[in-house]
Amino acid sequence: MTDDAKLAAQSTVSASGRVAGDAGAVAAEAMRRRRRRRLLTYAGRLLTLALIVGGWQVLTDVKIVDAFFFGSPIGIVNRLVDWAEHGTAYGSLWEQIWITIEEALLGFLAGVASGVIFGVALGEFRYLADVLGPYIKVVNALPRIVLGSIFIIWLGLGMSSKVVLAAVLVFFVVFFNAFQGVRDVDRNLVANARILGASRLQITRHVVLPSALTWIIASLHVSLGFSIIGAIVGEFLGAQKGLGLVIATAQNTFDANGVFAAMLVIGILALSAEALMAQLERRLLSWRPPSSAEIADAAVT
Amino acid sequence: MGVATGAGRPTADRAPGGIELRGVTKRFLTPSGASMTALRDVDMAVAPGQFCAVVGPTGCGKSTTLTLVSGLDRPSAGTVRVGGQPVEGIPKGIGFVFQNDALLPWKTVLGNVVLGPMFRGVPRREAEARGREWLEVVGLADFAGHHPHQLSGGMRKRVSLAAALINEPSILLMDEPFGALDVQTKAIMSNELLALWEQTRPSVIFVTHDLEEAIGLADRVVVMTAGPGTVKAVYDIDLPRPRGAVQEIRFEPRFLEIHHQIWESLRSEVGRAYARTAAARAPVGGQA
Ligand SMILES: Nc1ncnc2c1ncn2[C@@H]1O[C@H](COP(=O)(O)OP(=O)(O)OP(=O)(O)O)[C@@H](O)[C@H]1O
Ligand SMILES: [Mg+2]
Repeated sequence: MTDDAKLAAQSTVSASGRVAGDAGAVAAEAMRRRRRRRLLTYAGRLLTLALIVGGWQVLTDVKIVDAFFFGSPIGIVNRLVDWAEHGTAYGSLWEQIWITIEEALLGFLAGVASGVIFGVALGEFRYLADVLGPYIKVVNALPRIVLGSIFIIWLGLGMSSKVVLAAVLVFFVVFFNAFQGVRDVDRNLVANARILGASRLQITRHVVLPSALTWIIASLHVSLGFSIIGAIVGEFLGAQKGLGLVIATAQNTFDANGVFAAMLVIGILALSAEALMAQLERRLLSWRPPSSAEIADAAVT
Repeated sequence: MGVATGAGRPTADRAPGGIELRGVTKRFLTPSGASMTALRDVDMAVAPGQFCAVVGPTGCGKSTTLTLVSGLDRPSAGTVRVGGQPVEGIPKGIGFVFQNDALLPWKTVLGNVVLGPMFRGVPRREAEARGREWLEVVGLADFAGHHPHQLSGGMRKRVSLAAALINEPSILLMDEPFGALDVQTKAIMSNELLALWEQTRPSVIFVTHDLEEAIGLADRVVVMTAGPGTVKAVYDIDLPRPRGAVQEIRFEPRFLEIHHQIWESLRSEVGRAYARTAAARAPVGGQA
């Protein structure tokens, strides 16, 4: 190496070293700024909540808003404590919650299983899709909540009518996504699997299903919410136990605090279900490249 | 980098077979409903164990030819034979490296390489042992647990190559397998491919845009015309085998002579294809 070349090499090394140092400082600064923004966001959210709940309480205290119709935060908490200690009119609060969870969960599982099976079958067999397509569209066009009434007539006031209603709501969401997912499979991947010697069944199992899984899992988020809605609306229409019945009773006795208290419980339920689902999604789709939002998240935490 | 040995590998579906296309025409329906001829009256023959390279301008139907030989699609007219049998469905013992790599994104690199043996019912342990051998051959032993999106384009290409070769095909179709590789890796992979080919002697159709690569590797170079594709000329390459390092043979006088000859034939087609796609822009430069 000539002296000139050595010199040039050295200068590039030191230059790149400086660049790396700068990059580190820039990254640290960016992270600090992001952390600060995040803190501010949380503070803002907390403040908003305090304002709404506090304002509500104050407005009812000074009788600008009638607590009889609109309830009040303290009233809601008292109602919840009362339910937790003395139970609702239909047994303990925990029993009502558990019944609703059970109905939603069973309906969710049944709906997902049948939705995936039918979606994949119709996606794989074009003839089946052509024959059954119009009927599925008709049933899908019905406002499915009204099916709840029919299920209660058929299956009675017990859990099964709610499970079926939740399952029907879930089925259509999952079905359409699974169907679309199967139709969306990369033809190139299927061709490659065929060349490598895959049978039809192996193609379904190793290529079509995993590929459709992205779509199916995207639908599970919505479906989980639908299963809870199905269970509660079913209970609302006619039941012997469950959170929906608790709401219906509170409504009939003009107990606004009771309605809000049950709503709060349902909200917490739905949010926890959502969090669990996000966890499951991350596990099942671990092969995917992380989206840029996820990368940003990981950098901050 | 060592060549995986053939010891203990099943060779059941290796029927030594040549490839033969007779009067093959392929038409496609365009989105507007009209019929478009991609291949017209193609005659081509690859003897058993022969290495045949196909060059031609872009869009002339090289990939289409390979799909017809692989049985993934059928010709509109004419016959395609593999191992003497007319192609119906996927012929036995065929291997195909696609132009766009077709790796399953949800499987790891190793998972993708062992797909072939797995589909054929080879026990998992044995399949994975063979898969690792092949990853060694393509220089990706350290990436067995990665997912395809974590690899570079060239690395993905090499995984596809391993996935096709692990089945020990007797007919090997390759659609620009080294297109995404840098010059050095390309040289290494070419040498590796030649060594493997000399060992198991599959019949090969190797599509490429790189004429030097075609001459360096093949027994025979087929030049296709601009679309609709037909065979314009066939050149038998009489460079001695084993060829040794592909990157060195390029400087031998005989190589240059052949190269010059084929390039004359190819460049007018490339020029025509270019003139057609860029019809609005005139005139086409003389070098093309
Ligand atoms: N499935 C298809 N439907 C309609 N047209 C097609 C289809 N496949 C290929 N073609 C057309 O056939 C012609 C030949 O395509 P092909 O992919 O075989 O070209 P190629 O020689 O492989 O080109 P390249 O070198 O760019 O890969 C093109 O004009 C293309 O538009
Ligand atoms: Mg092509």
